[in-house]
Amino acid sequence: MSAVADTAPARAVPAASAPSPDRTSWTAWARYRITHTVPEGQWLPDRQPSYVASWIYVFGMATLVSLFIVIGSGVVLALGGSEWWHTSGVGHFFNSTHLWSVEIFFAVMAIHLWGKFWMAAWRGGRSLTWMTGMIALLAAVGTGFTGYLSQTNFDAQWIGAQAKDGLNSVGLGAWFNALNPAAALTLHIVVLPLAVGVIVIMHVILVRRHGVVPPIGAVPLIGAVPPIGAQEPTS
Amino acid sequence: MTTSTTSSTHGKRYTPDSHSFPTRPYDLVKEMVIAGVVLLLLTLALAASFGSLDEKAITLQDWAKAAPNDVVATAVGELAGTTDSSGYGPPYNTASEGQKLGPLALQKWGGVRIPVNSAQDLVLTPLEAAPADTALKDALGTWQSANADQQTAWATAYGDALGATPDGNPADVATGDYGPVPVMASSFLTLAQSGGLEQLISPNFYGGDRTKQLLLLADGSYLEEQARARSLGGDQWGMMNEAGNYPGQVWLGLMTFWYQIPAIGGSENGDALVWAATAVIVLGFLFLPFIPGVRAIPEKIPVYKLVWRDYYRRNKTKR
Repeated sequence: MSAVADTAPARAVPAASAPSPDRTSWTAWARYRITHTVPEGQWLPDRQPSYVASWIYVFGMATLVSLFIVIGSGVVLALGGSEWWHTSGVGHFFNSTHLWSVEIFFAVMAIHLWGKFWMAAWRGGRSLTWMTGMIALLAAVGTGFTGYLSQTNFDAQWIGAQAKDGLNSVGLGAWFNALNPAAALTLHIVVLPLAVGVIVIMHVILVRRHGVVPPIGAVPLIGAVPPIGAQEPTS
Repeated sequence: MTTSTTSSTHGKRYTPDSHSFPTRPYDLVKEMVIAGVVLLLLTLALAASFGSLDEKAITLQDWAKAAPNDVVATAVGELAGTTDSSGYGPPYNTASEGQKLGPLALQKWGGVRIPVNSAQDLVLTPLEAAPADTALKDALGTWQSANADQQTAWATAYGDALGATPDGNPADVATGDYGPVPVMASSFLTLAQSGGLEQLISPNFYGGDRTKQLLLLADGSYLEEQARARSLGGDQWGMMNEAGNYPGQVWLGLMTFWYQIPAIGGSENGDALVWAATAVIVLGFLFLPFIPGVRAIPEKIPVYKLVWRDYYRRNKTKR
């Protein structure tokens, strides 16, 4: 990706300058929140800051689309039922697709995470963006774990027998039973994917709201003086 | 258009608004579609080339046929109260407090929310529900009429006698006062070999929860032997391994790492210590933007100059 044809910055309309919502209408308040969470024109922009010119940026999108593939293959498996893939060649293929899509999802997510770490991407008020990304990773780990528990095969037996000790040792086993594949399956296909989806949506909204973090040590224009108190404690 | 890098002006600590930089065309939808097609093709290629592992679950019948002596020893251990599950503690019973994290009895605090009486639920209940012959009926009657100390003494003595034989074969056990335990254990083995034990442990048409069956299986040594033969033991990085050459939960590498340290993995509170160590690191990553020193690492080790090399080169030229 090479930088091309820089143009002047297209500043979004500051949310603060927009009219405040009618305090008596919940609908007006909701519309105001929805339309002002992300600056106008930033939901699906066709331009990015000129410094967005590296292959590392692709891995954020790769994480997102690989999540779609994980969900898609999982939906097909869900249609067949929890034991379909043991008896059907088609089911087994979709299980293989699900497995490899999950492996790819975690691989690209790890690259995305480390890329953001080395870019110190939490700068400029993006702490929550970083944290939602981390929480999405944790939720994804939990989703993967319950998937392994609900395989109804030898692997699930051994993983459950071992994992119960870890969960029980800190009291979590009293609330989540690793030896109950039915509970693991419902968590795997409903509760945790929903959690991952919601957190990922929050993460994407925050990314669009704040924009892509600028390079370390850069300012956009000579004379663009940072506001008082803009010094960030990064040491 | 004049831009500049600004370490001389504001230092590295000021992060400007990303919307006030010059822009360039960037087609997000095109990127998404291309990434989606490439990753879908890669996924399908990997699935078609390597497939996925699916080793059949070990049934209690499989276990009884492959390792009958282990089944007998496990059943006797359940009656004697010497198996892992019978002495486990929360969430199954109150036989122990379970693991602790320093003064924190987290396992105990979780409470007994999945009550399991190993002797009754895993051995006696299925024996009582099985089609009983006269010998088993008499044995169960004798067992029920004895007090708890006598029951434990019989089962412990028989368990010790089994342990004294070369391979745990009941046929080689020395004579002794074992009460009804040998008949009960033998009947339990026969029941397991017949294939109906799972259902008798949890007489639920739909199955679903397999806690008791898995506790019984895990109380024996057969399951672990099978897992270790596939390099799935805890000290074999088993948490992130998969049998054969298939990738497992590689993302659990951070957690399984701690089990490889003997002082942690071998501790009686090893699982709690591993969870605590992992939690510290995870929380460190989660709150990294607020941790002085750690959040400055990217500035000290300038990998970011590779990411933004084009930006820095262009702005150096302009300056």
